[in-house]
Amino acid sequence: MAFNPDNYGLRLFVRYLVLCLIALIFIFPLVFMINSSFKPDSQLLADTSSLRAFLPVGDISLNNYFGAFRRAPVGLFVLNSVLVTGATVLLSLLICSMAAFSFAFLRWKGRDVVLSIVIATLIIPFETIAIPLLLLVSKLPWIGLDGLHWGWLNTYRVQIIPWIADGLTIFLFVQYFKGLPGELIEASRVEGASWWQVYYRVVMPLSGPVLATAAILKFLVMYNQYLWPLIVVQQENYRPVMVGLGYFFQLNVAWGEVMAYLTLITVPVLIFYLFLQRAFIASIASTGVKG
Amino acid sequence: MAEVSLKGVKKSYGRVDVIKGVDIHINDGEFVVFVGPSGCGKSTLLRVIAGLEDITEGIIQIGGRVVNELQPKERGIAMVFQSYAIFPHMTVRENIAFGLTIAGASKQEKEQKVAEAARILQMEHLLDRRPSQLSGGQRQRVAIGRAITRKPSVFLFDEPLSNLDAALRMDMRMEIGRLRRQLGTTMIYVTHDQVEAMTLADRIVVLKDGQVMQIGAPMELYHEPANRFVAGFLGAPSMNFLNVDVLDLDGEAATVGNQSLEPIRVATRRRSFRKDGKAILGIRPQYLRAAQSGEGMLHGVVAHTERLGSETVVDLTLRDDHELIAAFDEDKIFEPGDALELTFDTALAHLFPEEGELQT
Repeated sequence: MAFNPDNYGLRLFVRYLVLCLIALIFIFPLVFMINSSFKPDSQLLADTSSLRAFLPVGDISLNNYFGAFRRAPVGLFVLNSVLVTGATVLLSLLICSMAAFSFAFLRWKGRDVVLSIVIATLIIPFETIAIPLLLLVSKLPWIGLDGLHWGWLNTYRVQIIPWIADGLTIFLFVQYFKGLPGELIEASRVEGASWWQVYYRVVMPLSGPVLATAAILKFLVMYNQYLWPLIVVQQENYRPVMVGLGYFFQLNVAWGEVMAYLTLITVPVLIFYLFLQRAFIASIASTGVKG
Repeated sequence: MAEVSLKGVKKSYGRVDVIKGVDIHINDGEFVVFVGPSGCGKSTLLRVIAGLEDITEGIIQIGGRVVNELQPKERGIAMVFQSYAIFPHMTVRENIAFGLTIAGASKQEKEQKVAEAARILQMEHLLDRRPSQLSGGQRQRVAIGRAITRKPSVFLFDEPLSNLDAALRMDMRMEIGRLRRQLGTTMIYVTHDQVEAMTLADRIVVLKDGQVMQIGAPMELYHEPANRFVAGFLGAPSMNFLNVDVLDLDGEAATVGNQSLEPIRVATRRRSFRKDGKAILGIRPQYLRAAQSGEGMLHGVVAHTERLGSETVVDLTLRDDHELIAAFDEDKIFEPGDALELTFDTALAHLFPEEGELQT
């Protein structure tokens, strides 16, 4: 078929139109949330029946933000979430990649069976293990600076440690590692590298894309934690953002403040995503994994 | 530098025997090439020596030391891989110094050895580049550079030139030859390319189906192949094999002939034949001459001609419908359908027993 510039231009236009529509569908809730966070409740509710809901018009102020800070220790919650999420993501990348390294490169008896079991854990919903896990962590010992304690409830560690190792992250790493050229590993072995050196000098530096994917997926899971912290944390000091949302659904719900709070807690996610966006898209495209 | 010795080495993957009992002794400073068709076990044999694969049975010694249980790094070897296996996240300098870094060498020592390797391989100007900025030949040079900095006692090359184009392959072949003279280290080189084998080796080990077919100097293998497989594997175009009848036997020679070949006497080279039995006559295409009369006349019709300038390769169909390749070392013109009579020096022909290529 001959190249037809008009036809090409038209097709390009239609393609971009469709893409823009899809983008709008995804962006609408965010736009609504941010705009509403600046409006008083009466206007916010009145605007929902028109396009004004998506526009920063009318009585615009930062009052909802002040209200949100008065109602809940927003800073503390965000800090808790960032701490718990950050620690879990870092530890998870380390531990899961080491486990995957063993599955991908080392030869040991029962390796494939263990890997199948690890992958099989993906199909178990968290809700089914939440109560047994709660009973377990409520009795676990911990040696801190001030001696031995029993029970992990109301701590950061109870929100971090059970979430470090997970089947999906290990599986992502295993798949990626198996795709690395075997001769690179063999060459480093011949050159005298120990397995540990192969891990941190050769394999990890080549694992940028999978590190980004695993980090973002883990970040989203951790930042959105609700059920687990709800049952293991009773003290405000350790509460994460999602549990903090409960503060805004008391007797009278102030929607403007809810929107302000949601906007505030979305900021760390956007920063994190923008930071890793390029690597994330590249690795999603190459691994075929959807978030 | 070190000797390498394999005694009764076997390697199986489950029930599949890949190496079926190999005995090879490689002298200190020798350049030995393992050659054979794909799947013959040559690469596996090299990996076994490197310690990248365990053996099922046998003993491997490097420098007089049994290394069966030793890790690759403890064997005093360096290896160059087919895919080069250079680390994409490191510069050329870091790649070459990798083994030294692992060994905890001082910065000064690393710099000095990297500079030396770069000088030997003429790549001083490439040291700060990344592998992605290098051509195939340059990458292979980096891989060799990494191997020589550690001063190993044995170099292992696993088809190092097979990813390069023909012209570059020749350059690198010469370079490896030069390197070998410069370093004088024991080298074991795996290839399926007989030209590399013939030009580089002190001795060639021809392998087939996990077994050694013959070990010897290149010209020894070319002129005195131990069996039909070796005869057919070395030399290009490969040796012609004609089915012939054994008409008579006397002492060290047999009289053979067939429909297209007038009876001739060929030395049996201590191989046993049966009178009135069958045999296979091997004649290298280069040893055939166009002639009207002489010893060992072959009558054929030209089917196809390849003119290469310095050589003309003619594909003939003999009277008994067998194919024959003749190579003339000058530019000759033949037309398909031309009748052609050929003769050859019977002293340069080989007679093999009909059944079983392994018989010697």
